[in-house]
Amino acid sequence: MTWRGVFRILLKAALLFALANVLFAALNPLEALGSLSLYNRLWPGRERLPYGENPAQSYNLSLDNIPAMLASHTLSRPKAADEFRLLILGDSAAWGWFLTNADTLVGQINAAAAHTADGRRVVAYNLGYPVMSLTKDLLLLDAALASADPPDAVLWLVTLESFPREKQLFPPLLQHNPQRVRALIAGYGLHLDPADPRFVQPDFWGQTIIGQRRALADLLRLQTYGLSWAATGIDQMIPAEITLRQSDFEADVSWQGYDQPTALTADNLALEVLRAGVARAGVPLLLVNEPMFVSAGTNSDLRYNAFYPRWAYDAYRTLLADTAAAAGWRYLDLWDSIPPDEFTDTPVHLTPAGSAALATRLLDAVGTLE
Amino acid sequence: MTLDLRAIGLIAAAAVLYGLLPARARGWALLIASTAAIYLFQPALPIRFSDFILPTAALLLTVGAWWLTRRPADPAQQASRREDAVSFGLILAVVIGLSLFRFVDAPYRLTPSRPPDPLALALAIAGPIAVCAGGWYALQKRDLLRRRVLVAGIAALAGVFVALKAEPLAIALSGAWRGATGQDVTLASLADLNLLGFSYVAFRLIHTLRDRQVGLLPVLSLREFVTYVIFFPAYTAGPIDRAERFAADLRALPTLRAFDSARWSEAAQRIGAGLLKKFVVADTLAQGLALTPALAAHAEHPVTLWLLLYGYALRLYFDFSGYTDIAIGLGLLFGVRLPENFNRPYLKTTLTAFWQNWHMTLSSWARFYLFTPFSRWLLGRERKPPTALIVLSAHLLTMSVIGLWHGVTLNFWLWGVWHALGLFAHKQWSDRTRAWYRGLNQTPRRKQAWTLFTWALTFHYALLGWVWFALPDPAAALRVFAGLFGLSVGG
Repeated sequence: MTWRGVFRILLKAALLFALANVLFAALNPLEALGSLSLYNRLWPGRERLPYGENPAQSYNLSLDNIPAMLASHTLSRPKAADEFRLLILGDSAAWGWFLTNADTLVGQINAAAAHTADGRRVVAYNLGYPVMSLTKDLLLLDAALASADPPDAVLWLVTLESFPREKQLFPPLLQHNPQRVRALIAGYGLHLDPADPRFVQPDFWGQTIIGQRRALADLLRLQTYGLSWAATGIDQMIPAEITLRQSDFEADVSWQGYDQPTALTADNLALEVLRAGVARAGVPLLLVNEPMFVSAGTNSDLRYNAFYPRWAYDAYRTLLADTAAAAGWRYLDLWDSIPPDEFTDTPVHLTPAGSAALATRLLDAVGTLE
Repeated sequence: MTLDLRAIGLIAAAAVLYGLLPARARGWALLIASTAAIYLFQPALPIRFSDFILPTAALLLTVGAWWLTRRPADPAQQASRREDAVSFGLILAVVIGLSLFRFVDAPYRLTPSRPPDPLALALAIAGPIAVCAGGWYALQKRDLLRRRVLVAGIAALAGVFVALKAEPLAIALSGAWRGATGQDVTLASLADLNLLGFSYVAFRLIHTLRDRQVGLLPVLSLREFVTYVIFFPAYTAGPIDRAERFAADLRALPTLRAFDSARWSEAAQRIGAGLLKKFVVADTLAQGLALTPALAAHAEHPVTLWLLLYGYALRLYFDFSGYTDIAIGLGLLFGVRLPENFNRPYLKTTLTAFWQNWHMTLSSWARFYLFTPFSRWLLGRERKPPTALIVLSAHLLTMSVIGLWHGVTLNFWLWGVWHALGLFAHKQWSDRTRAWYRGLNQTPRRKQAWTLFTWALTFHYALLGWVWFALPDPAAALRVFAGLFGLSVGG
């Protein structure tokens, strides 16, 4: 081959590559590609949303492509005729941090093989995701309702850490899905800034194949780790020894930048996101104030746990109960329903026994949602 | 810096500069680049200075081997004396030059960590050189003694290889070294002595020493010898070339057309194919589609185990043959045509053909230096053993060494034995069925079906062999075998 031939090939290759990049940027096919999945076809669906920082060990990874996340989930399977579909929303406690799938809240509910009064099987789906933001829960609920068969009921586990207004747009999952979040802000009149500077809005080059190479690689990796997931059922590294949550505290009553007890209202807590969630669900939704670790250690008269000073949490419980009652929401406050020994590394992560106890409490409540 | 995308890009860019060099300088450039590369490719090691000392030791070993393989009386060897002195000076200059990175801040260092003091290094190198020089003088006119030293050299190389690759020995060695440098002895591990590329260096050196012993090795200058042993495109992942073939390419460098479009486009195709195989296919398969010890311990179903094993077999092939393609392509850019190492091994219909096409340079090395001489030795004995026993023993020896070359562990040895038994069985079968097989030519359909069957059998035999290769201990491998056939699954 002559140099002229070599240069001609290089030129053609460069042009084709440039064209592919421009087309990719123009079509922006990432979300459409995300809904193409080997899960629920070649590999079994995942029982919780993809999340993980060490794929080689957990056979799981975090990504921002919501259609891909949902397509990999068992939720994407068609709903059976005799199924009472129950979605469970929440943070890492609902997702099941340091719990196998069998031990998560969803695993325990499904293991109970409960039936509704009309004989349908109660099948729960884990839509928990390990970051704390009500808007993140709303985003996932909205996407799940748009892409999967409709549920019959929703359980939404919340805790105060998910409420602060400043934290709503903090999770990268939200920042990388600005259009979806802006649609929610506009559609439900959320008091959040649609022009928040943390939203990631790639420019033209950022939307090319080169700019999106990380997102494309994540999509591919989500598919390839499906075989390891199918082979082992592992989607999280659970250490043999878990360092337990803190029980003794400094004499400190600060919370989220408030050094002294302050009135908590709809100004600083994003209560309207709950209203949006109830409206978006369109089916019976039970709001659950999730259990937390209540310490009896040093300065426990000031703090319940490492997350919450007593003043903040007490004010939150009162506010949430009042808001739910005023709005006519179904509300269940289980804040101290699990013994302190059944919490692991944080004030909201449960042991398998704690998770089982919570599942029993929630199954009792599911009857009210039929 | 390993042979990653950045290094490959840098080497390809350096090839352009290489093309601009005066023709006579090309061989020297390869010597300098190869000498530097063994330090640049070496990963950082925990024992202080070891990631500089070990490559230096490999270099000294190479120079020592050249010394032993010289033919002092040969006019060609005598003619290269001045060139050899210059080569030696250049090698020393590169080593001492790299040690000056001791005085450079970490982000700007080309060496994996802070090198030792240049003066101490020079003194440390002077010792072995003085021994070699004295030894050379003594051996110059005593041919019998020289031959014995060559045998001792081969044995010593094998010993060093085992010491670096066998975990208990490596830990003992590392512990002693750590003790001497005041580092924590309890942290001693096999990884402490990870001298990158040594498996290839050792086998190339054994080849030269043995060929010199039997008179097959041509006269090589120090520059040719050292460049052959540590040629940078083939340093980390082979192939294992033959010295005389490599030297012929080196000697043709002055007449090489610097920017020959045919050579450059062939090189680009090989590098492109290699990049695709290694960094796209193999690395994708490595993301959860290929068997690992952790996956093997937790896999719950035979079907998924089989899929993971297929993934492992493909990953291994694409990884290794990809690296070979890159090495061959990079070699071509510098005017050296390295030998092929893979020729569609998984498509072969017999295990013998598989081994003639999988890691071809290693298997032909083993055939040349182990299988054939050992078989001949057995055949030449007064009380000749039965032929079948000779074949079995030769296969066991050869494949055991091939297995242990990957690491001195029980599992690698069992992998070798697995293949030795397979090769022996195939030899027995083909000896007994030759006439029947010839008859198959009369019925093309039956022959096609037989070919398909033998391909599937060969592929799956090689595939199951990878279970020994992939897992760290025989118990884990046996669990996987049981799991694959649904006998017992899980950890």
